[in-house]
Amino acid sequence: MTGHAVKPEPLVTIDGVAKRFGGRMALDGLSAVVMPGRVTGLVGPDGAGKTTLIRLIAGLLKPSAGAVTVCGFDSIADGEDVRGVVGYMPQRFGLYEDLTVAENLTLHADLRAVTGGDRAAAFQRLLGFTGLEPFRGRLAGALSGGMKQKLGLACTLIRPPRLLLLDEPSVGVDPLSRRELWRMVYELVDQGIGVLWSTAYLDEAERCQSVMLLNEGRLLHSGDPTDLTRRMEGRSFVMRGLDTAGKRGALAEAQKRPDVVDALIQGRSLRLVMREGASAPVGAGAVEPVRPRFEDAFVSLLRTSGGDHAATGVVPSITATAPAADEGGFPVEAVDLTRRFGDFTAVDRVSFMVRRAEIFGLLGPNGAGKSTTFKMLCGLLPMTSGTARLAGISLAHAPALARARLGYMSQKFSLYPDLSVRQNLDFFAGAYGLAGGVRRAAVARMIDGFGLRPFVGSDAGELPLGFKQRLALACAIMHEPAILFLDEPTSGVDPLTRREFWAHINAMAGQGVTVLVTTHFMDEAEYCDRVGIVYRGAIIAMDSPDALKESARDAGLPDPTLEDAFIRLIERHDRARETA
Amino acid sequence: MWSRLRALIIKELLSVWRDRKSRFVLIVPPLIQLFVFSYAATYDVTNIRIAVLNEDAGAPSRDLIARFEAAPDFARVLHLDDASAIARVIDNRDAVMVVHLGVDFSRRLLAGVPTQAQLVLDGRGSNTAQIVMGYASTIIGDFNRDWAALHKLTGPSAPLIERAWFNPNLLSLWVVVPGLMGILTQVVALVVTALSVARERELGTFDQLLVTPLRPAEILIGKIVPALIIGMAEGTLIVVAALLWFRIPLVGSLALLYLSLFVFLLSIIGVGLFISALSGTQQQAILGAFLFLVPAIILSGFATPIENMPEAIRMLTLGNPLRHFLVIVQGIFLKDLPAELVLASVWPMAVIGTVTLGGAVWLFRNRLR
Repeated sequence: MTGHAVKPEPLVTIDGVAKRFGGRMALDGLSAVVMPGRVTGLVGPDGAGKTTLIRLIAGLLKPSAGAVTVCGFDSIADGEDVRGVVGYMPQRFGLYEDLTVAENLTLHADLRAVTGGDRAAAFQRLLGFTGLEPFRGRLAGALSGGMKQKLGLACTLIRPPRLLLLDEPSVGVDPLSRRELWRMVYELVDQGIGVLWSTAYLDEAERCQSVMLLNEGRLLHSGDPTDLTRRMEGRSFVMRGLDTAGKRGALAEAQKRPDVVDALIQGRSLRLVMREGASAPVGAGAVEPVRPRFEDAFVSLLRTSGGDHAATGVVPSITATAPAADEGGFPVEAVDLTRRFGDFTAVDRVSFMVRRAEIFGLLGPNGAGKSTTFKMLCGLLPMTSGTARLAGISLAHAPALARARLGYMSQKFSLYPDLSVRQNLDFFAGAYGLAGGVRRAAVARMIDGFGLRPFVGSDAGELPLGFKQRLALACAIMHEPAILFLDEPTSGVDPLTRREFWAHINAMAGQGVTVLVTTHFMDEAEYCDRVGIVYRGAIIAMDSPDALKESARDAGLPDPTLEDAFIRLIERHDRARETA
Repeated sequence: MWSRLRALIIKELLSVWRDRKSRFVLIVPPLIQLFVFSYAATYDVTNIRIAVLNEDAGAPSRDLIARFEAAPDFARVLHLDDASAIARVIDNRDAVMVVHLGVDFSRRLLAGVPTQAQLVLDGRGSNTAQIVMGYASTIIGDFNRDWAALHKLTGPSAPLIERAWFNPNLLSLWVVVPGLMGILTQVVALVVTALSVARERELGTFDQLLVTPLRPAEILIGKIVPALIIGMAEGTLIVVAALLWFRIPLVGSLALLYLSLFVFLLSIIGVGLFISALSGTQQQAILGAFLFLVPAIILSGFATPIENMPEAIRMLTLGNPLRHFLVIVQGIFLKDLPAELVLASVWPMAVIGTVTLGGAVWLFRNRLR
């Protein structure tokens, strides 16, 4: 043992790697290293090339150019050896849903030839480590999203690897389980294992000791994430104390200013990132500097480097205005919505009202019941009991009439990929009963308003992501709905596209459209005027994002995030249930 | 309502047509199958290899062998030297039939006493063996008649002369091609409907449809009409090929043929919608379609006569739309099947269609509820 630290050898060396699928470059000239004993974050939006890179490292894909070396082995030539040292957990880990937790573990132990005493020891270690011990006999299909990921992780760790590849382990996992996954990964790292954690959530980058920031197949940054955020020092500000109209106006104004790199709504505040060297912003509210986040750095990098996103700063004006406000009352009324599947109650007496021109969010982990609530409100799923009225029209009595007043856009964008942009618009216009000159005018308005002119003849499936999103939104609003339903509208989307989308939504809310959004994404919830937190089929709290954050503030947590508030509320709820 | 339906129908046809793969699938494989199956699925036996063992040296025996060699259906005639070779050529499938003429064949004939020719057949292909034996009987019968005429013997008193109606040369092509019209339009109409809803479910566009003011019935009509149009076009393509390429006569009424095709397609589309109401993914839909297609074809009477099936199965075939359509399509193509007989097969399809379409509508409404 020598006294001074020897710089350890990298576990993975990626040397000039490129990967081409057909004519598309998924990865372009990538060079980076992954070190042992730390978490390396592989960060980027969907389609950036994260999964491709992970599969290249695991030796499941052959690079078109360059080479990947894992623990001294070439990923292709020594594929057998690579598989011996690497643990790989794909995005949808292959759990057998009809087998129990213990049976799944046994199966993977058999596959990896871990037998006898080794097996018993490994099971004990992993079941304790993941907290799955009480659930040995439960079917894997009956586990929550978070527990499934933990079981997947346990199966991957049966033979301890030197390198652990985790492909988006936190997708579909509630914030509590997400924290536990991170705790487990840190424990593994302390044992000297190298972990590569891929994610589309930029806040996770800050938990990594090192990141590779990918966008459209190119490496934007590699190394310590704080190197990036440090460069943003002094450029991030928050404008506080805005009212609903004030924050929308301030956002629209900030997006026009050349010295603002990024502007986004957080509850009643506006977060601003200024161009390098620009002075602090002035505006309606009190402005104070804040600590920069990794996302600020990413957005700034994209804005200054990426020429392809030049158009996204522009907010197309939509002349479509919401129909007359004479409906009075609440455009969305849900009273005691309940849905049972067999003896399982997915949604239990959920009630809420949404005001005109309000952006209301349902925030909760996957499986909490927010999608079920949402589907009942759009008429996609009949309710077991309760009543719902849209724009004053009862869903039970006149569903088609009620549906004519709502626009709906889902996470999948739900376009016909083989139809051209114009054909998609024509179809949805027709489906909403627009005909003749009215239809032509509506289609033209959408094409101009969303800048779709250059793509009218292209297949919708071939559009760049940002334009696909614009088209989906255009299809949902061309009949000028009073209420807009958005189902996880921007999960996995890059930050610029997400900002553009919310700029449209803000503009529409400003014109009087009522917006209802479901999300498991804290950032998205920040855009809402009011948020209902859905947990185990019920709304456990409902308030503005600021008030929710406020409720979680204490000495230990002077400036809580919405996620902190969310976790507090859930813990409080669970405790109350236990004592009850 | 009408403009909404029109938008749906145009969308459906466009999404089938604009996708290069599905456009290809609708046109090329059915045509290839039509040609391959038309020539492959034949009951005629040609290109047969036979063998002869002639132990006799007389002219009559050589005359008979020459007749076998001259027959167009026998591609090759193998000459054997001794009886032990018979078993070998049959075992090795070198020949499906051996014609064996004994040493006294010519002598007995010339003496005016009955003589014998032995035919050894490979019974493993029982159908082929029977047909080949039929050919051989014809050749030997002709030989007999000529011999009798030549030697002024009294022949068989009442020679049997066969004449097949509607298909005088008993060309199986004439039966197969109209049958394929039923089978191939069934496959296309079924797959188009079964997949279309499942595909929309996978894309998420089905939910998007359901949140528009379109009513479930309108969505279903928007699925039925395009499938009808595609099925009709497919049927027309095959009728044209049958007339122009295969030169099959169309002696019956074209209008009746189209009326029957329309009802047939409706009953199949009902099955397709039923499958798509049940399946969540395209994979499940394809499996469902196959689960229906295979028995539908086997129990249609296309390959094996329904009359030969056990009573219970025969009853079962009554629920198979293809069975009724085959009666009509073959009847209209080859004989001028009168309208009342056509209608006698149309109404069972109409009943089946009502049940399948009604069931699909019911299932859709229930799955949305």
